[in-house]
Amino acid sequence: MLASLPLLLAQTAPVDPAVQASGGGLTRFLAMLVSGIALGAIYALLALGFVIIFKATQVVNFAHGAIAAVGAYLTAYFAVTLNFPGSLIGGPRWLQWSLSAVVAILMTAVVGLVLERLFIRPMIGEPLFSVAIITLGIDILVRTITDDFIGTGVRPVGDPWGAGIWNIGGIRIAQTQIVTVLVAAAAMVAVAAFFRSRTGVAMRATAFDQEAAMAQGIGVGRIFALSWGIGAALAAIAGIFASVFPRSPGVMATTTAFFAFRAFPAVILGGLDSVGGAVVGGFVIGIVEVAAGTYLSPYADVLGVGFQGIVPYLVMLLVLLIRPYGLFGTKEIRRV
Amino acid sequence: MLEVANLEVVYNDVILVLRGLSLTVPDGKIVALLGANGAGKTTTLRAISGLLDVHEGDITKGSIRFDGEDVTEAAASDIVRLGIKQVLEGRRIFAELTVDENLRTGAYTNKDKQSVTDSYERVMDLFPRLKERRKSVAGYMSGGEQQMLAIGRALMSNPKLLVLDEPSLGLAPLLVQQIRDIIVDINKQGTSVLLIEQNANMALSISDYGYIMETGKIVMDGEAKKLLGDEDVQEFYLGLHGEEGERKSFRDVKHYKRRKRWLS
Ligand SMILES: Nc1ncnc2c1ncn2[C@@H]1O[C@H](COP(=O)(O)OP(=O)(O)O)[C@@H](O)[C@H]1O
Ligand SMILES: [Mg+2]
Repeated sequence: MLASLPLLLAQTAPVDPAVQASGGGLTRFLAMLVSGIALGAIYALLALGFVIIFKATQVVNFAHGAIAAVGAYLTAYFAVTLNFPGSLIGGPRWLQWSLSAVVAILMTAVVGLVLERLFIRPMIGEPLFSVAIITLGIDILVRTITDDFIGTGVRPVGDPWGAGIWNIGGIRIAQTQIVTVLVAAAAMVAVAAFFRSRTGVAMRATAFDQEAAMAQGIGVGRIFALSWGIGAALAAIAGIFASVFPRSPGVMATTTAFFAFRAFPAVILGGLDSVGGAVVGGFVIGIVEVAAGTYLSPYADVLGVGFQGIVPYLVMLLVLLIRPYGLFGTKEIRRV
Repeated sequence: MLEVANLEVVYNDVILVLRGLSLTVPDGKIVALLGANGAGKTTTLRAISGLLDVHEGDITKGSIRFDGEDVTEAAASDIVRLGIKQVLEGRRIFAELTVDENLRTGAYTNKDKQSVTDSYERVMDLFPRLKERRKSVAGYMSGGEQQMLAIGRALMSNPKLLVLDEPSLGLAPLLVQQIRDIIVDINKQGTSVLLIEQNANMALSISDYGYIMETGKIVMDGEAKKLLGDEDVQEFYLGLHGEEGERKSFRDVKHYKRRKRWLS
C-alpha cells in the first residue's frame, strides 16, 4: 500500500525544478526555503479555512479540498475560457488574470455559503460524526460535478507567470511562488483584521460559546454561513496556486482535491481549533516537504517517486505521538 | 412589561419541566423568581430568551408577551433586539476574548454608534474594575470580575429588561453585596429586572415582587416584603428557622405546597 501511495501523489508533489537548478550549498538551501514557504503558504491557507469552519461550526469539513478545486476550476473558466472581465476592461495581463481570479474566489465563497445552507444547516444539533459524514458526501458530489465541467485532462488556470523563474544571485525562484507568498500573506492579514471587526468578534464568540453568543443577539446561522464563505474563499486561493507551476500544470478536480488533503496534517499539527496553529502548521509542513524532496531525491529509487508527498503525514504522526492535541490545540478538543 | 402566561415546556419531546407557569414583570420593577434546584427557573428564562432550541426544548403551551408583542416563538436575536437581555447562569463570558471584545459582543444588536458609546460609559461607571482590565483576556479574571463582565456585556445593548440567572452563585459574601447594589443601581437607571436567586433573602430584599416556584409551577407569589415576612416562606424557602439554618427537606416542601393549595 505504501508503495502505491507515492505514485498517486507523484503528479501533485513534484520536486521544484527551480530548487534543483539552484546549484548546491547555501543557494540551494535558500531556494529550497522559499519554495517550502510558498508550498507552506498554500497549506496554511487551506488549514486556516478548515479551522475557521471547524471553530465556528464544529464541522470537520472533508469537502475542503473539493472546494479548493472549484476555485481553481472557476479561475480557469473565467481567465482562460471566458477572459472575464479582462475582455471588457483590458489592461495589463496580470491585472486581467487577477480580476478573473477574484471573481472566481468570490464565486467559490458563494458556493461555500450555499453548501452550508443546503447541507449543513439542516444538520444543526445532529451528532458531529453524522455531519462529518455529510461533508464526505459533499466532497464526492462537488468533485464529481467539477470533474464533469473540467472534462478529461488538465485545465490550466492561465496565470501570467507561467514557468518564469527569477534568478537572485544564483538562487532560482519560480515567480509564481513569490506571488503565492504575497497573496497568502495578504489573505492572512485580511483574516486577522476580520477577526477584530464587529462580525469577526461575533464569530470568535460564537466559536467559544454558541448559546452565550445567541444570548447577545448574535445570529449564529449567519455566522455559520459566513465561516463557510470565508473558508471556501481561502480554499479557492490555495486551489489556484496549487494549480500553477511548479506544482501542477493546471486543475484536475480529484487531483487538486487530493493535494488539498495534504493540508490536513498541517491542521492536526497546529491543533484542530487553533487559527494561529493552522498557519504555523502549514508553513512547517510545506518547508519539511520541500526539504525532503530536495535533500532526499538522490534516494528516490529506494524511497519511491513522490515520497515527499508522505512526509506531511509522517510529521503529523510524529507530532501526534508527542502532543496528541497538536502544537497549539486545546486539550478538550480531542473528545470531538 | 413581560407577561408569561400558562407556559408549558418540554425537553426532548417527553420531559415536561414547566407546567403552566405564569408571571409578570412590570416596567421599572425588580421581580424575583425563587425556587429550589431543578424547579425550572433556568428553563423559564430559556423560554423567555428564545434559547430552548439549543437544549432540545419546546414551548408546548402558553405564551410570552413583551410590551404587548408576542415573542413566544421569536428567535433569540429578535428577542434581544426587542429589549430583553439575559445574563446566563454561570456567567458564560467569552474567556478567550478580551474584556472590551466581550463588551462588543454585547453590543452586537446595537447599530447606533452613539448609543454603544453611551452604554460603554455606563458599564465603565458601574464597574470601575472592568475599566482597569479592559485589555485583559476575560478568562484570567476572578469570578467576581467575570460576573461583572457578564452583567456589563448584557447592558451593552441597553436592554429594557435585564434577566439574571443566579448572579451571586459561587461569589464571596462581600461580592454578593456588590452585585446586589449594582442590580439596584441598574434598576434605578430605568431597567426592569427579573432576578433568579438561590439566595432568596438577598433577592427579596431588593425586589418589588416575588414568585416562588416548585416543579414547574408558581406555588406562591406576592409583594417581596410580604414574602420576606411570611413565616412559611422563611421556614421552607429561606431556611431561617431550620436547624442550623439548613433548608427543610424536600418532603417538607411538598407538605407545604399541599397546605398552601388547601388555603387558596
Ligand atoms: N436540556 C435538558 N434536557 C432535559 N431535561 C432538562 C434539561 N435542562 C434541564 N432539564 C431538567 O429540567 C428541570 C429544571 O431544570 P432547570 O430549569 O435548570 O432548573 P433550575 O434552574 O430551577 O435549577 C430539571 O429537572 C432538569 O433536570
Ligand atoms: Mg438554574
